[in-house]
Amino acid sequence: MYLQLGWRNIWRNPRRTAVIMLAVVIGVWSMIFLGALMRGMIEDMIENGIATLTGHIQVHHKGYREDPVIDNSIEDPRKVWSAFREALPSTAQWTSRVRVNAIASNARHSDGVTLVGINPETEAKVSFIGTGVVQGRYLKPFDTNGIVVGRALVEKFETKMGRKLVLMSQDTSGEIASRSFRIVGVFRAEMEATEKQFVFVSMSTAQRMLKLQEGISEVSISLKDQGEMNRVTNALKEALPSTYEVHSWRELLPLLSAYLRLFDGFMWLWYLVVFIAMGFGIVNTMLMAVFERIREFGLFKALGMRPWWIVKEVLAESVFLIFIGITIGDIIGFLTVLALSSHGINLSGLAAGAEFFGMTRVLYPVISGKDLIMANAVVFVLGLLVSCYPALKAARFTPVEALAHT
Amino acid sequence: MNIVELTDVKKTYRQGNVEVKALNGVSLCVQKGAFLALAGPSGSGKTTLLNIIGGLDAADSGSVIVDGNALEEMTQSELANLRLRNVGFVFQAYNLIPVLSALENVEFVMLLQGVPAADRREKAMAILDDVGLEDMYNRRPAELSGGQQQRVAVARAIVSSPSIVLADEPTANLDSKTGKGLLEMMKQMNERREATFVFSTHDKMVMDYARRLILIRDGLVADDQVREN
Repeated sequence: MYLQLGWRNIWRNPRRTAVIMLAVVIGVWSMIFLGALMRGMIEDMIENGIATLTGHIQVHHKGYREDPVIDNSIEDPRKVWSAFREALPSTAQWTSRVRVNAIASNARHSDGVTLVGINPETEAKVSFIGTGVVQGRYLKPFDTNGIVVGRALVEKFETKMGRKLVLMSQDTSGEIASRSFRIVGVFRAEMEATEKQFVFVSMSTAQRMLKLQEGISEVSISLKDQGEMNRVTNALKEALPSTYEVHSWRELLPLLSAYLRLFDGFMWLWYLVVFIAMGFGIVNTMLMAVFERIREFGLFKALGMRPWWIVKEVLAESVFLIFIGITIGDIIGFLTVLALSSHGINLSGLAAGAEFFGMTRVLYPVISGKDLIMANAVVFVLGLLVSCYPALKAARFTPVEALAHT
Repeated sequence: MNIVELTDVKKTYRQGNVEVKALNGVSLCVQKGAFLALAGPSGSGKTTLLNIIGGLDAADSGSVIVDGNALEEMTQSELANLRLRNVGFVFQAYNLIPVLSALENVEFVMLLQGVPAADRREKAMAILDDVGLEDMYNRRPAELSGGQQQRVAVARAIVSSPSIVLADEPTANLDSKTGKGLLEMMKQMNERREATFVFSTHDKMVMDYARRLILIRDGLVADDQVREN
């Protein structure tokens, strides 16, 4: 009975019902769409951060993070490999690197870069560089003087494929190590800063240049299931001696981690703001509907209807309003995200600003089940809660006063 | 057998600093099957008396017994239950539920009582046939005339065979012909179903139909006539 009465009552004033439903639709749509945009941005930032050489987990010699010099290299990586056999899941991919600060220079320019010596085969499974080469070729395992540089660096140095680039750094004996390389490949990355910062050579070439022998600077690990990250990090810490450090990407990218925490807080704040705006609309509409029907509620009580039944009837009206609004808002939210999912939102015009935050040039919205459930739950539960006030108001009319109401 | 027994019932309303004595000590009894009118000028206390008999309002003092129940000793929940099962109401303004059809309005009280759906429907249809609305089951109140709406209200009031039907100015919003038709119908209900009717009215036509006429003046019973109609 409550459902039947509730359903019919909301259509007594179709215009008013449409207005409040529109408020709910817009509220839910904005929660879903903004949440999807934010979620897409965050996931992009995480993916980009991880792919740009960070990986899910890294292993270093103790002290390397504070002072990434050649002296803090892992001289004998065999202990690391035996720890990996113990602690890493079989689906994990990992790669070792030599990574030092260097000066790159040609006839026209010189600038600070990060020299990265890689094993091309394993590196391709862990970071972006395997698929990032857009001109020329990728490195081969024993490339002696080939170097792969970023497109932005090529432009900055006014150079091109096949030209020479000299790299200078400090070797393990404390002397300046310098070597000339030939540009064999140009890579493109999501961020221009990445293209300007990193230059890639083969591991063996870097080790020879820096007199590292078998030494490496870091090992980067990529996990198939990011949910295993904390467990694997702890397992590696236990398996490795204290002369090694193990960090997850959350520790390696503190700014990104802070963004994530900010994101969750921002989403809750947005939900609250949207809901407050929507909540006033729901309460006002329901109160109008209740006060217009004072005599009717008086009649209900005169006929013997209990106050709690009256509350249920009014809440039934709110349930219908909110449920229909949520459903339409969800559908429009999905369709909006679907429409943008193939081409995304082009942020090239904001390139400098977006890059500052680690965002890529094109933003793809992503709906997560958790965000969807939260948006719907917030609107439904809080909507019902605020509807209690007009429902209780309706139940408290005395029959005599209500029936005398004109 | 007395359906209603009132003993020295008093009721005072406060409007700001002014006290209005609506009932000044009313004592009367209503027998089962009565067709009784409470008459009097506006402000005489007849609606207040009706509300107190129906448990919609509480007397300040005195005893009110309806169908064996002492109302002054009952909680709000018990009073609601009494109204649901023992009292039928017919209001001046019909007070039908606008979103329900005529049939559903009549079924409404039985729904609250927990009567099974099939029984509800059968009884509601029978009573609407009785009041001459056999073609109006699915019409909503906005699609009915004033007289038809009041007939639906009467049907709703008596469908569950309450001990007493309280009708507050039932013909006030009707023309004389329609009002007469309504009174005839209620008289037939009274005779066929032995439904007890108590009217509050200042309509002479209603007074003429009543078999007992109680005149209320200044909150007291001024006259009490049993009439042969």
